[in-house]
Amino acid sequence: MTKQGCEQNNYQTKNNANTKTLKKWTMAWVITMAIAAFAPRFIWDFNTSLTIIALLINLAVGFRMLVANREYLRGLDEMQQKILFNAMAFTLGVGLVLGLSYELLEDIKLISFEPEISHLIMVMCLTNLTAIIAGHRKYR
Amino acid sequence: MKNRLKVLRAERDWTQAQLAEALEVSRQTINAIEKGKFDPSLPLAFKAARLFKLPIEDIFDDEVETK
Repeated sequence: MTKQGCEQNNYQTKNNANTKTLKKWTMAWVITMAIAAFAPRFIWDFNTSLTIIALLINLAVGFRMLVANREYLRGLDEMQQKILFNAMAFTLGVGLVLGLSYELLEDIKLISFEPEISHLIMVMCLTNLTAIIAGHRKYR
Repeated sequence: MKNRLKVLRAERDWTQAQLAEALEVSRQTINAIEKGKFDPSLPLAFKAARLFKLPIEDIFDDEVETK
């Protein structure tokens, strides 16, 4: 084994390529989401056909992002996969429990505003990030 | 699970990165295995055995590591 080989080994190269692909599709998804959300109001004045096309493009790109995410996860080694799967499981649990409780708050008149899905998404993102960091620290 | 990965690696003068390259895993995973914090799967353990040309039980021991 040579030290030069370590710089760009198979695992690392594949991992970097998968990360770049996932980043590319995630950015494309965010852009198409922004177009689907704002263009009907600010660009084409709620033209139904254009809005449906924008929505379908957003869904198609979103599906491609999921495929890229699956490839990214499959390309990781077993410990990295375990860290991410544990983080995802914890995030799903937190999202389910907190999401339902949050929705309940309005029903039982403990809050006056309507619960927003974006609040739940933010909580899930922070939970996932924290769980990934905790996972890496555990095996450090 | 105890293992002799660090000793075997040192005997061959390999770095963690080199071993990671040979086993197609990350360097962090090699570090975690060596420290006994992560137990490798059977396929990865067999891969290590093939790499070191040793029986699997000469590398990995089911006995719990005492600190």
